[in-house]
Amino acid sequence: MILVYMECRDGKIKKSSLEALSEARRRGDEMGMETTAVLVGHGVNALAPDAFRYRASKVFVLENALLSHYSPSGYTKALVSLIEEIRPEIIFFAATSMGRDLSPRLAAELGVSLAADCIQTVTKDGKLEVRRPLFAGKAFASFTFKTSPQMASLRPNVFPLAEPVEDQGETIKKEVVIPEDQVKDRVVEILKAEGAELDVTEADIVVTGGRGMKGQENFDLLRELTSVLPNSALGASRSAVDAEWIDHQHQVGQTGKTVSPSLYMAFGVSGAIQHLAGMSSSKFIIAVNKDPDAPIFKVADFGIVGDLFQVIPPLKEELKKILSE
Amino acid sequence: MNLFVFVKRVPDTESKIKINHETNSIIQEGLNFVLSPYDEYAVEEALQIREAKGGQVTVFSAGPDETKAILKKCIAMGADEAVLIKDDVSETYDALRTARIISQALKTKYTEFDLLLFGKQSVGADSAQVPSMVAAMLDLPQVNVVTKLEIEGNSGTALREIEGAREKVTFMLPAVISAQKGLNEPRYETLKGIMAAKRKEIPVVTLEELGIHPEELAVGLKLTKMESPPVKESGKIIEDEPGEAAKKLAEFLRQDAKVI
Repeated sequence: MILVYMECRDGKIKKSSLEALSEARRRGDEMGMETTAVLVGHGVNALAPDAFRYRASKVFVLENALLSHYSPSGYTKALVSLIEEIRPEIIFFAATSMGRDLSPRLAAELGVSLAADCIQTVTKDGKLEVRRPLFAGKAFASFTFKTSPQMASLRPNVFPLAEPVEDQGETIKKEVVIPEDQVKDRVVEILKAEGAELDVTEADIVVTGGRGMKGQENFDLLRELTSVLPNSALGASRSAVDAEWIDHQHQVGQTGKTVSPSLYMAFGVSGAIQHLAGMSSSKFIIAVNKDPDAPIFKVADFGIVGDLFQVIPPLKEELKKILSE
Repeated sequence: MNLFVFVKRVPDTESKIKINHETNSIIQEGLNFVLSPYDEYAVEEALQIREAKGGQVTVFSAGPDETKAILKKCIAMGADEAVLIKDDVSETYDALRTARIISQALKTKYTEFDLLLFGKQSVGADSAQVPSMVAAMLDLPQVNVVTKLEIEGNSGTALREIEGAREKVTFMLPAVISAQKGLNEPRYETLKGIMAAKRKEIPVVTLEELGIHPEELAVGLKLTKMESPPVKESGKIIEDEPGEAAKKLAEFLRQDAKVI
């Protein structure tokens, strides 16, 4: 059996969890294994149909009022009790903030190793082999597992969603008994960033500004582009973050976030090696830079040598025109 | 407050990574090794807590003898003590193994602590697993990717970064915290600190002294292949006037790349 953790935010299952579930089903079908999902929380029962639509045959629901807010220690205890009962061979998480916080705690409780932030999974001799970046993408390594269950977290935005099917399957509710003192770390509040901007790791399009943006106020130009482009997010190079033009949440690179969107647009980004590591696996890369020798052009599929301040306004109009067609 | 910080020696972020395909490992020659960037925030946070509340900062690292250099840097920043856990096994990318070494050290020899601080991930392995694993093994609360930390008596509140928001997390001490950029501004070493670090003896403990048997550290992940990223073919670079260039770019995105 394969078990996939379904992360719930704002009353729904995260898309990255459904991507992990879709991938699990592909491996499960090859290996002749049942693909199942687990929901943890309070009042999450109603979300099970979404997991069925993305091809879970069973959904386990672990409910307890103490788990109404995320707690790595509490959620781990709940999951361990289920896993010891159903004994899955493979466990997938989405490598989101929650997934990367929770999955290693669970792995350690189960005494198994975990491959984090994987970008590919394959079936090899009936077992799982995964591929993951090292050095933020300066190298890639493949791993098989010597411990069981085989555990991996899968990078968001990399694995295709399955075609949804009719929402049929079996919901299995499990009573979770957790002493209150086992919930050691509690999320008491979620502070949303202003404007509730999309995160660079979850966007299809990332629009990034570098040192060439020249100042904090000019990032509004890029925000205008993201407002035109669907499912897009604002990124930044390390120099822009270090100059305090924009919050570190937006930083792409080896000391920021690693992203693989369909489209990466770099404005005034020189392309330092540690930045390239974080974004060069993007499907298409666009660069606009005054300096024809900027290293970013080496990875760009399409580059414009020119002044970004003169390119962005007509570009915004062209994009608007095309998108309205 | 007894503050423990766990750090790692890694190639600096400017490094070009070359692979030895026979051994499936990174070629070490020519690399400049440094204190992993996120670990600097963990060290700085420990120093600030000590300055505000008193106590002692001890820095630990597991690795070969060369690891002493980064421990000396932590002393030069202001840490009181440093300990090298001698482990000559080269990088396994298996966080479980590292977490077992650390948790065993904390169960047997270094049992008195209030806070365990880590960087949110090492630069290189990029696993971000050791802090959560150590927390599980010692049954402690954890908060990862922390950008703000407040300790009050024997409890704490931390803000941790998530997608497009921050979570406010409460916990009791002792606890595991992993540091994200933004938590603080790491200080530079002072001349006085550098001199003190030079004189400082760094004790070395072996895995045996911590009661660890090598078989307990069997690696759970088998590395089957290591590769460099695919080399990209260079794309189309134009130098047209801005309006024309913008038009060509938009057409490229729609017709060639088909991404919008």
